[in-house]
Amino acid sequence: MLDVLYFAWVRERIGMPKERVETQATDVAGLIEELKAREARYALAFSDLSALRVAVDQDLADFDAPLAGVREVAFFPPMTGG
Amino acid sequence: MRIRVQNAAFDIGAELAEFSNVRPEIGAIVSFTGMVRDSEGRLDHMEIEHYPAMTERAITAIAEEANTRWSLGDVLVIHRFGRLQPGEAIMMVATAAPHRANAFAAAEFLMDYLKSRAPFWKKEVTRDGAAWVAARDVDEAALSRWRD
Repeated sequence: MLDVLYFAWVRERIGMPKERVETQATDVAGLIEELKAREARYALAFSDLSALRVAVDQDLADFDAPLAGVREVAFFPPMTGG
Repeated sequence: MRIRVQNAAFDIGAELAEFSNVRPEIGAIVSFTGMVRDSEGRLDHMEIEHYPAMTERAITAIAEEANTRWSLGDVLVIHRFGRLQPGEAIMMVATAAPHRANAFAAAEFLMDYLKSRAPFWKKEVTRDGAAWVAARDVDEAALSRWRD
């Protein structure tokens, strides 16, 4: 089981900030494919990966990052701090 | 290193005065303050969302990198989240170093990385509605000048 978090417009599009996800995926890209297959709102949120960033256990990661031993995955748009 | 992520407003002058209480080998202090900008006079307020479990560690990693590269005497980063009004301070950084070149460079590095690598997202709420601020290509490009 993974905690999957969403921020900013990704959170708004999916309609929740966080959920527990049972997954068979071995990497982030696989997790995204599983989520997209669920419902249209997920497919919409993940339709353009170039507009998304991912953090794995609170560190920025790539979409091919493995999920073995991972507890938390977060999806969000490019950051706008400062 | 002093890293703070908070909703509350902060007193720029008091923070800088406190930070300026330094060891004698420090000859330069540079500070930058980011304000809520209302360029077209239509902004009602800004909402800043962040990723609490990640924010402080991401900022700490950026500050540690600056510290290592420019041998700083001290670093301060304050970044706010939540609802902010036009004209309020969003964030500030300050750097202390023996000479000004390092203090300026480190402050610019911190700003470039905080903008694109610290997990904050700004939403502008105007009288016509709300919109997430889009990251700009120029901000991402700014990071490339710090790569060896």
